Amino acid sequence: MKVLYFAWLRSRIGVAQENIEPPTDVATVGDLVCWLRQRGGGYAEALARPEVVKAAVNQEHVSHDHPVRPGDEVALFPPVTGG
Amino acid sequence: MAVRVQAEDFDVGAELAAFAAGNTAVGGVCVFVGLVRDMNKAGEGGEPVTAMTLEHYPGMTERQLEAIEAEARARWPLDDALIIHRYGRLTPGDRIVLTATASSHRDAAFESCRFLMDWLKTKAPFWKCEETPAGARWVDAKETDDVAAARWGD
Repeated sequence: MKVLYFAWLRSRIGVAQENIEPPTDVATVGDLVCWLRQRGGGYAEALARPEVVKAAVNQEHVSHDHPVRPGDEVALFPPVTGG
Repeated sequence: MAVRVQAEDFDVGAELAAFAAGNTAVGGVCVFVGLVRDMNKAGEGGEPVTAMTLEHYPGMTERQLEAIEAEARARWPLDDALIIHRYGRLTPGDRIVLTATASSHRDAAFESCRFLMDWLKTKAPFWKCEETPAGARWVDAKETDDVAAARWGD
């Protein structure tokens, strides 16, 4: 699974993207956020408030109950501020 | 119909001259150009902004902008639509974004141009990081943007 981080999530976690293999009980975006947060350090800091973290799976906006699967491209980011 | 995501500036006059060119069914063109302003949280004592860097999600950005443009075409009878959005480091006065729509009638052109911006603000994966004398800060999303987007429905 490829995971990308943007804006202050990227700067706090310290990497822009990484390939990870979460355990099989990580079934949704919300599960993934919880699992990543348990890594501690920048992850714990960036994901301390999951409710402010937005997500995309395979480049489509999704909610935290959306499933994640091996091979997915998952992005985590704050609310967008373009325009 | 076109979507462009680019670091370079764009020439508004040249873009509009080429937009819907040769289509004499077009009765009106509406355009919005967004600029970098030097104050955030205007009126709240915010620090002056000396520059900002726009980060985006290559690939998803283009897909989202194309989907927004397709949605506008589904809702209004448009002869043409154009979205240009820049990324990278910009300074006050720089152009950030252009949306333009062309239709036989002005109502469709006005409304769809606003729709493009309202949806872009809440759906296109861009993030602004401002530089101020006090340091850099990521811009918070505004609730008013969600309200503006919500009035168009899902």
